[in-house]
Amino acid sequence: MKALIVIALLGVVAMMSEVFRFKKLLLPLVVVGLLAACGLAIGDWNTAIRYYSDMVYFDNYALAFTSLIIFITLLWLIISKEYFASDSSRAEHATLILFTLCGGVIMTAYSDLSMFFIGLEILSISLYVLASSNKHDLKSNEAGMKYFLMGSFATGFLLFGMALIYGAAASFNLVKIAEYIQTTSAHGQTPMFVYAGVLLMMVGLMFKVSAVPFHFWAPDVYEGAPTLITAFMATVVKTAAFAAFYRLFSTCFGDISGFWAQTLAIISAITMLAGNVLAVSQTSLKRLLAYSSIAHAGYMLMAIVAMNNISGGAIFLYATAYSLGSLGAFACLHAISKYGDESIENLRGFAADNKIWAAFLGLIVLSLAGIPPVAGFFAKYYIFYGVLQSNFAWLVLVAIVSSLIGVYYYFRIIIIMLQPRSETASVLPSLTGAHKALLLISALLALGIGIFPAFLQGLLS
Amino acid sequence: MITLLILLVPLVASLACLMLDQAKVKVFALGTSLVSLGITVYAFTLFNNDIADQFLVNYWWIQNLGISFKAGMDGISILLVALTNLLLPLIILTSFRHEYKNANTFYALILFMQFALVGVFTALDGFLFYVFWELALIPIYLICLMWGGNDRAKITLKFFIYTLTGSLFMLAGLIYLYLQTPGSHSFDIDVLYNVTLSPVAQTWLFWSFFLAFAIKIPIFPLHTWQPDTYTDAPSQGTMLLSGIMLKMGIYGLIRWMLPIIPQGLAEWGNTAMILSVTGVVYASCMALVQNDFKRLIAYSSIAHVGLIAAGVFALNLQGLQGAMVQMIAHGVNVVGMFFIIDIIQRRMKTRKLDELGGFANNSPIFTILFMVILLGSIALPLTNGFVGEFLLLNGVYQYSAWMALVGGLTVILGAVYMLRAYQKVMLGEPHERSAEFTGLHQTEKIVLVAIATVIIVTGIYPKPIIYVAGPAIEDILAHVKDIY
Repeated sequence: MKALIVIALLGVVAMMSEVFRFKKLLLPLVVVGLLAACGLAIGDWNTAIRYYSDMVYFDNYALAFTSLIIFITLLWLIISKEYFASDSSRAEHATLILFTLCGGVIMTAYSDLSMFFIGLEILSISLYVLASSNKHDLKSNEAGMKYFLMGSFATGFLLFGMALIYGAAASFNLVKIAEYIQTTSAHGQTPMFVYAGVLLMMVGLMFKVSAVPFHFWAPDVYEGAPTLITAFMATVVKTAAFAAFYRLFSTCFGDISGFWAQTLAIISAITMLAGNVLAVSQTSLKRLLAYSSIAHAGYMLMAIVAMNNISGGAIFLYATAYSLGSLGAFACLHAISKYGDESIENLRGFAADNKIWAAFLGLIVLSLAGIPPVAGFFAKYYIFYGVLQSNFAWLVLVAIVSSLIGVYYYFRIIIIMLQPRSETASVLPSLTGAHKALLLISALLALGIGIFPAFLQGLLS
Repeated sequence: MITLLILLVPLVASLACLMLDQAKVKVFALGTSLVSLGITVYAFTLFNNDIADQFLVNYWWIQNLGISFKAGMDGISILLVALTNLLLPLIILTSFRHEYKNANTFYALILFMQFALVGVFTALDGFLFYVFWELALIPIYLICLMWGGNDRAKITLKFFIYTLTGSLFMLAGLIYLYLQTPGSHSFDIDVLYNVTLSPVAQTWLFWSFFLAFAIKIPIFPLHTWQPDTYTDAPSQGTMLLSGIMLKMGIYGLIRWMLPIIPQGLAEWGNTAMILSVTGVVYASCMALVQNDFKRLIAYSSIAHVGLIAAGVFALNLQGLQGAMVQMIAHGVNVVGMFFIIDIIQRRMKTRKLDELGGFANNSPIFTILFMVILLGSIALPLTNGFVGEFLLLNGVYQYSAWMALVGGLTVILGAVYMLRAYQKVMLGEPHERSAEFTGLHQTEKIVLVAIATVIIVTGIYPKPIIYVAGPAIEDILAHVKDIY
């Protein structure tokens, strides 16, 4: 809770900086504030307090995800100095990022559907603006518009679902809803419109996590938005959305999992297959990462399908591994895209120029592809393990096949990076200190988590 | 402790290689691989083949999932570790005449490969085994990708995805197996050996494991990655692949399949046997018509390991003993053969059989050493190949006379294609460029003499191998025999 207050206040301070003219101090202030928030969240570990007549509930699950998204935001800030460079927009960009984060924290910690909705809207509306924050770029405007239109549509579904659930359970509170569903489902008396409500909420959430067939916005928005915002969306926002998804379904709808698990399993299978297959033919690294993030959403959905005692830890570990990997990959993308377009071909000759950094990028790619001993492998391992335990063997088979397709395009990055540059190419991808630092941190963390995965996973089980 | 040392020396050396400068790295890599060899020899002096898991190290890795870092050696493991650590210095020596770009990365990858291979052969925890199994794939992939031939990107990716497919199915199988263990689950090999499985589960597990091992070995019809990869890889990569890496597959069969799913084997072993034997004949016939010397040896390798796999599927003492002997023999011989090809190719800039010929008089010592290695590969009595193939065919014969008959064709066909190659390369009309073929350099002599010595010594006196592996094989068979 303290972390949430700190972030919200920080957002207000960021707005004030425009008026009181301390914009130069803003970025250091944000970093210090976020570090404090992260520390406060970790400090609350094992307290599990319900605040404001049970509107938010900071249990270990919420605290773990809160710390994670704050930490990822901090990592993201390492390469994002340029986004806050222009004097005229620094304050508003910082404010929007902080409010997005604020919404994300609420989405990990809500204990009431109304709070969930507020968190989601704080996050989404800030994000609509951020996606189109490159004002003079047509594509960025298109991205913001597209995201806004389709996002509000999905929110409508979500709200409708909530209304139906409320109609049945007569409460927004997650615990009360869970009790209601437990008693009614035990006697087989769950009214039909509860199921409809669950389905509608599922649709809304699947839009947010970009699961197929609600993913169509993702590649366009990811491509159009400024690269740094895409990185933010693909990591922080996605993690928060999954935290919310899992929290809702594990708390409330576990007792009627027979109704939705099969559907979700199919969605998950289609998502990872489609994401990976569509990524294969991409020539733009940015679009490739967009499709890869869709595919990863499919894997994370598997944990929700499995829904057993290790799923919470598994989804946390996966979100961590995926965010670190994506952030590292986006750092490289951001570095090379300064020298031209975002084509994957720009990576040609990367290894010859930046030996060590190419090795780190290689580690990150291995992590995303899920090869041991890097974090991504263990994340996949826990997910597969959980799903097998819940007897969805066919889903594991699909996941294996799609992982193989994943290897195909992830390794294209390694192959291209190792090839000598063609003579005609004039671009010289080189990395700034900030990019190097982020690559180093994310690669070493991915390796560290890969060698000692038990800690992170054990936090939540 | 010794196990840990054998694992850590190559790992540390591999990291150290990255920091050294290009000129010194060769000697350094050779030095550390000799240290590993020394430790292995020392381990042999301490080895008591009546005790099951020796030099055991056992730490928790991921305790809440029952995954431990458990490694140790029995007779089977120590022989394969010895093979790895014996071949590594030789393989590094073969690279002394090459000037590779980014040499320190190259040697770092080779030593890292050694670490992973030793890990595979010593791991006594299912999960650890899987991690090492995958770990071995990355360095060899990069070696082939960075220093391979022209088509390398496509071929190596096919190789990687092929093998990863098998591995992932094995992973699913391992997790399933793990979920069947009693109590709070465990990946410990002793626990996995005692899991009781339904016949249906055994069938599924059989195929998931078989896929992984059969792709690695490779068994027909899952071999299609192999000829291209072997041909396209740099010489040292080919040696690592054929000399040691495919032994991982056979080792996996013996250690992780036979004792765990004996019923699955009883039901499907026959299919596997037929596939293995088919591969023997198929690959031998393919070898007969190759013009590229390296590709010829690649196919001959499929034929040889097909017979080894058949020996394992025979599920009897002779078959498994033969597999052990032949794994060592094939490892040594095939490295020798690929080195000979490397020597020829570096001098003549070609390895097409019809562009070679008439070297026999240029370098008598090369001619003799080539002949010895060749005789080893075609299993002439008094060479190591003979002992292995004799035991293997004996084992397969006990299983089925027909299989032995078909499998035995490998001896005849092997002699045909190898002697044909020898004739085309060494004898006949000297090719116009044959005069360019100069004598052997010092390092080349050392490697070839060492290999020829091993071929003859283990051919005349193979007893130590059989003696060391004996009790361990009987342990494995005891698990299999419980079923019958």
